[in-house]
Amino acid sequence: MNIVIPIKQVPETSNVKMDPETGTMIRDGVESIINPLDLYAIETGIQLKEQYGGKVTVISMGPPSAAKALKEAIAMGCDDGILVSDRKFAGADTWSTAYVLVKTIEKIQDVDLVIAGERATDGDTGQVGPNIASAMDLPLATYVSKIDEIKDNEIIVERLVEEGYEKLQIQLPALLTVVKEISYPRLPTLRGKQRARKMELPVYSVQDLDVEESKLGLKGSPTRVVKIETPKVTRGGKIIKVSDDESLNNAVDELINFLKVKEVI
Amino acid sequence: MDYKGVWTIAEVNNGQLKSVSFELLSRGRKLADEINEELVSVLIGGKVDDNTLQELIHRGADRVLFVEDENLDGFVVETYSNVLSDLIAEKKPEIILAAATVNGRTLMPHVAMKIHAGLTADCTELSIEPETNNLLQTRPAIGGNILATIKSPDNRPQMATVRPKSSRPLDIDESREGIIERVVFKTELIDTRVKRLGVIINEEEDINIQESDIVVSGGKGMKKVDNFKMISELAHRLGGVVGASRDAVDRGWAKYPQQVGLSGKTVTPNFYFAFGISGAIQHLAGMKTAETIISVNSDEDATIFQVSDFGIVGDLFEVLPLLNEKLAKEGK
Ligand SMILES: Cc1cc2nc3c(=O)[nH]c(=O)nc-3n(C[C@H](O)[C@H](O)[C@H](O)COP(=O)(O)OP(=O)(O)OC[C@H]3O[C@@H](n4cnc5c(N)ncnc54)[C@H](O)[C@@H]3O)c2cc1C
Ligand SMILES: Nc1ncnc2c1ncn2[C@@H]1O[C@H](COP(=O)(O)O)[C@@H](O)[C@H]1O
Repeated sequence: MNIVIPIKQVPETSNVKMDPETGTMIRDGVESIINPLDLYAIETGIQLKEQYGGKVTVISMGPPSAAKALKEAIAMGCDDGILVSDRKFAGADTWSTAYVLVKTIEKIQDVDLVIAGERATDGDTGQVGPNIASAMDLPLATYVSKIDEIKDNEIIVERLVEEGYEKLQIQLPALLTVVKEISYPRLPTLRGKQRARKMELPVYSVQDLDVEESKLGLKGSPTRVVKIETPKVTRGGKIIKVSDDESLNNAVDELINFLKVKEVI
Repeated sequence: MDYKGVWTIAEVNNGQLKSVSFELLSRGRKLADEINEELVSVLIGGKVDDNTLQELIHRGADRVLFVEDENLDGFVVETYSNVLSDLIAEKKPEIILAAATVNGRTLMPHVAMKIHAGLTADCTELSIEPETNNLLQTRPAIGGNILATIKSPDNRPQMATVRPKSSRPLDIDESREGIIERVVFKTELIDTRVKRLGVIINEEEDINIQESDIVVSGGKGMKKVDNFKMISELAHRLGGVVGASRDAVDRGWAKYPQQVGLSGKTVTPNFYFAFGISGAIQHLAGMKTAETIISVNSDEDATIFQVSDFGIVGDLFEVLPLLNEKLAKEGK
């Protein structure tokens, strides 16, 4: 199994601060982490390698600092990492990001499986995985929650759909996007960390990839962000405190009344 | 540019239209009227009866483009993407809206990549920019911390997925007339590399939290799995479904498909109830856009109250049973 996992470095969003003036995120002092949903892709890749042999390569398009995310994945047990970084990529939307990632994956020979995260917690689109599958003409299974088996060049997976789970049998090479349910990400090991620290990661820039410049970065992106607003968090609704049986009774009555006014009941 | 018309992608399940198909039509209707163009409902699937097709017209469509074939019974992204791209190449729509469902979020990026179109995920608001007639697409990002408005000025069609439940269907108007156009399915568009082996349907009807008008969620404050019965009871009485915070799911009190939030599902119901949920930013990311939020928490400083329309500071083990009891007396 030759597995490629595209991972994204994202700001840790549990304590995001927004600049009220510009409506942009204050990135200073915000720690960057591997997109939490990509950890499940990494774990799945490592488990498949352990079961079927082969190797796992993580790739990331981003600023030079994204090397840290790749090294973390290597410390978990991935074999290789490639950083795809160039100022010309800056401002790419999902279309252009996928385009560059496709050109990167095409440089890795004989790929059997690409595993992406369900979505990145910053952009939050979940489009890049299906984009890559489409451009590379790889059969695609999204929202995969379980891999049943791999044999005779086919993989059987279960994917999470609205009605429950759907079983798909697809030909390899293929692309999966995986959900949290699929695995429990392991922690980096000490040996893994040492290996990662010593590793020199290749950095691909525009010259290293067979790309058309008109498809890169902001210029190559069909979408444009025209406005950013910070929505008001507070709704200022009615809050009732319960202190004894009577206030409890009143609070529940008021709630029922509220539901009646809103025509829930 | 010679692109015309607003398309919405209908979804069917066992020959039945999903309600999100009608929500898309009500969105599409507004946009189509504004730019004075035709609203087309695109339906790709197996057998669907005529009444069902007519309902799309009664709910706002001017035209139904129906690609029917037994091979299209059941969503396979490669085949559906071939069919839709083929239709787009032939008919050149200006705007395409699909639902931000599992299928919509798989199909649309597949097509957008192929035809080099801009695609905005998970929109909560759509409008037309007056001077240019470009589609303005607004969506939450960065865990709901910002609302970004996006457009695709130079590429056509302009594509977007729209959050289920973020708009209301139009009422049925049986006097509306429209055209039903059946498109011949080209069998060479079938991708044989993927086979659907079947769907394992969740017995608990509770599970589809994105399609329900009412979601009743429990968090770590529920303390143990047994207590979730009170949540199910309330959900049942109100005709809603059960959701949960990640902490509740991690403890096995609810299933992953019920998880609301950043690493779970994003829901936009009319009513969201939060019992014993603190309102961590990752949870808020999944429910903040609900129309009305009602919460019960013993901690008066819990963040959940900041986004609530109605809150009770109190012990949920007192509030919830009493609420169920009183609703029972009301015959609910
Ligand atoms: C990358 C990442 C992704 C995440 N994704 C998600 C996600 O998708 N969804 C999600 O929910 N979380 C997610 N989280 C976790 C999130 O940060 C919180 O930990 C989680 O939402 C907390 O769940 P909770 O509110 O149930 O528990 P707690 O925060 O422990 O809150 C329990 C609440 O119950 C109240 N309570 C206790 N007893 C009672 C009582 N008797 N009566 C009334 N109230 C009571 C307490 O006052 C408290 O406010 C994510 C975190 C990370 C880092
Ligand atoms: N810049 C990037 N570099 C590598 N992988 C990415 C990048 N952006 C997105 N991905 C992959 O695509 C998935 C979906 O991301 P998104 O479409 O941005 O929500 C992520 O979980 C990653 O697996």
